[in-house]
Amino acid sequence: MANIKLPKPEELSKIDHKPPQKRWMDTPAEFKQGMYCYGAKGKNLSAVDFPNARDWSPDDKDWKLPENWKEIVLEGMKERLGKYRSFHIFMDICVRCGACADKCHFFLGGGDPKNMPVLRAELLRSIYRKYFTASGKMLGKVAGARELTEDVLKELWYYYYQCTECRRCSLFCPYGIDQAEITMIGRELLNLLGLNTDWISGPVANCYMKGNHLGLEPHAIKNNIDFMVDDIETITGIKIEPSFNRKGAEILFVTPSGDLFGDPGIYTCMGYLMLFHELGLDYTWSTYASEGGNFGFFTSMEMAKRLNSKIYAEAKRLGVKWILGGECGHMWRIINQYMDTWNGPADFLEEPVSPITGTRFENAKATKMVHIIEFVADLIKHGKLKFDPGRNDQFKVTFHDSCNTARGMGIFEEPRYIIKNVCNNFYEMPENTIRERTFCCGSGSGLNAGENMELRMRGGLPRANAVRYVHERHGVNLLANVCAIDRAALPALMDYWVPGVKVAGVHELLGNALIMKGEKERTTDLRGDALPGKEGNEDA
Amino acid sequence: MNLINLLSSKKSAILKRWFDEIVSTYPDATSSFLKTQDDPFANPVGQTILHGIDGLFDELLKDTDSNEMPSFLDNIIRIRAVQGFTPSQSTAFTIFLKKVIREELKDEIKEDQLYNDLAALEARIDKMALLSFDIYMKCRETLYEIKANEVKNMTFNLLRRANMLSEVQEE
Ligand code: SF4
Ligand code: SF4
Repeated sequence: MANIKLPKPEELSKIDHKPPQKRWMDTPAEFKQGMYCYGAKGKNLSAVDFPNARDWSPDDKDWKLPENWKEIVLEGMKERLGKYRSFHIFMDICVRCGACADKCHFFLGGGDPKNMPVLRAELLRSIYRKYFTASGKMLGKVAGARELTEDVLKELWYYYYQCTECRRCSLFCPYGIDQAEITMIGRELLNLLGLNTDWISGPVANCYMKGNHLGLEPHAIKNNIDFMVDDIETITGIKIEPSFNRKGAEILFVTPSGDLFGDPGIYTCMGYLMLFHELGLDYTWSTYASEGGNFGFFTSMEMAKRLNSKIYAEAKRLGVKWILGGECGHMWRIINQYMDTWNGPADFLEEPVSPITGTRFENAKATKMVHIIEFVADLIKHGKLKFDPGRNDQFKVTFHDSCNTARGMGIFEEPRYIIKNVCNNFYEMPENTIRERTFCCGSGSGLNAGENMELRMRGGLPRANAVRYVHERHGVNLLANVCAIDRAALPALMDYWVPGVKVAGVHELLGNALIMKGEKERTTDLRGDALPGKEGNEDA
Repeated sequence: MNLINLLSSKKSAILKRWFDEIVSTYPDATSSFLKTQDDPFANPVGQTILHGIDGLFDELLKDTDSNEMPSFLDNIIRIRAVQGFTPSQSTAFTIFLKKVIREELKDEIKEDQLYNDLAALEARIDKMALLSFDIYMKCRETLYEIKANEVKNMTFNLLRRANMLSEVQEE
């Protein structure tokens, strides 16, 4: 046998992973399979007039950049430093205290130091210093500045698509430096070179052309909802007749398209349908503004604005008074933080007032759009809904605060209030993992693709770890949430880390418990599973 | 003193060394974090490893074959299986324990001539290492299954509508 010197086990385990002891700046990113998404397709980029539209793959050595790519990035940076004061400040003021370093779920779950928020920012900040500060220009690396090279650009791409823009880190920063905003601008700069992912640019193009991420045609949307209506009739004996594109309705209802076709989103959607029917709400669906989500937000502010404006154009066309929005995360961050600046004021609409309780939603004065969770919490508070929470007794429920509704708009109590009204068994996860300190699902900001599953599992680990705790301690078997990306992404996370825990929107639980006038005795829940005590009667 | 008693009395020193060996497979900035934060929710990786090896150590000292060993191993390997380690890197931590014990108890083993006991223990550690390969494979398989299922769930209703899903009908 050849004389091979076998490595000792402890050496074996260190090979490759321990980065060479060089400064982080001098260590180019190593692209690992499972950690990044496929590159964007040219046709999807050109559909929305994005620059450098071409098919490309992050695996290729040649990223097919325009010749003057460096100039484009630096010009773009200059423009944004002038336009966004926050960005300029974030580039200047970090004192590297490290308070944010161990707060990012990607760092906590994966252990890659470049996922520490402070280092993630440094990736861009080092370029800023080099080209926009006197000390960086003169002193270079000593002043934390570095040349913008192709390797640096690739590193930026790799790590800015490993940030879910969740804002958890900013909560702990004494200066309020918001890495989510830095990531957004970093991605904008990358988009100037056509460096987008397939998972994001596909939905953006579809949404722009067809009104929703999947590119569903109007009849497909209507068919899907009709299908749910049939299921509701089977379960409750009640026939619901929703309307579509109806002019003159009081309210336009918009929800993420994931609720229209995905499992478990469809059960949440059935909950909406049942609720609106029970209230006799004068509302309409739109098959044109059929997407509450906005993947444009994960590419550039401008694209987000263009997609957001479609909802308002449709509201105007239909002549509704105000807009009610379904359970979604980033849709609400957009409405709450950006919509008014981009597309406001929506003064062709009226300040939303609940037709059932008369409550005026003053927080929606500018945007005219109300989150369904606030709308329903108000209904319950006024005693307008009747529930049989026993129909959720098969579940022991915990609630995951979506980053966007929690840190983006401060919705903490309403979903809990609803859950406690419609379920008998509710258990909170540990304090430092919920409310404003909630851990991200690990798949937000357009990272919920399949090819980057390892990234998602790492990023979701801190969330799953807390779910596991209540699963083991209290037998929790259902993870409730108010976000369509959560509903799409968390089932995979649970299957890997905490098998046996299902995922549901709050309105699925509400639909189960809602006592509807004239309903027959239910034997199953909305998923068609037997209710507690009704086993064996599913087909009755 | 026999080896088992010796190991029990030195448990905390051995676990500390074993833990340090494992976390040193991460970059420096990460390993120092993994060692210092002891809140299990703020540091899920470090604390899961710590509890996992604690449990494994106790299991190894029992003289019956243990039922709990797989679950302790699973907790650690499930994490390492998605952290960019190769299969051997993901599981080698089990074998680190041999070196740790030999170093920590060098004098006692020599003095009391515990070589037979040591060989028996190392055989158990080898078994644990083999078991960890099976668990690693299972974790990776789960990951692939999840990918496939997700695509199905995402388009569930569309497929159902298009009659592309069929179930066996009861006669
Ligand atoms: S993923 Fe969240 S915690 Fe991590 S850097 Fe981005 S915004 Fe901060
Ligand atoms: S907490 Fe704020 S100031 Fe401190 S290192 Fe992080 S970003 Fe910089």
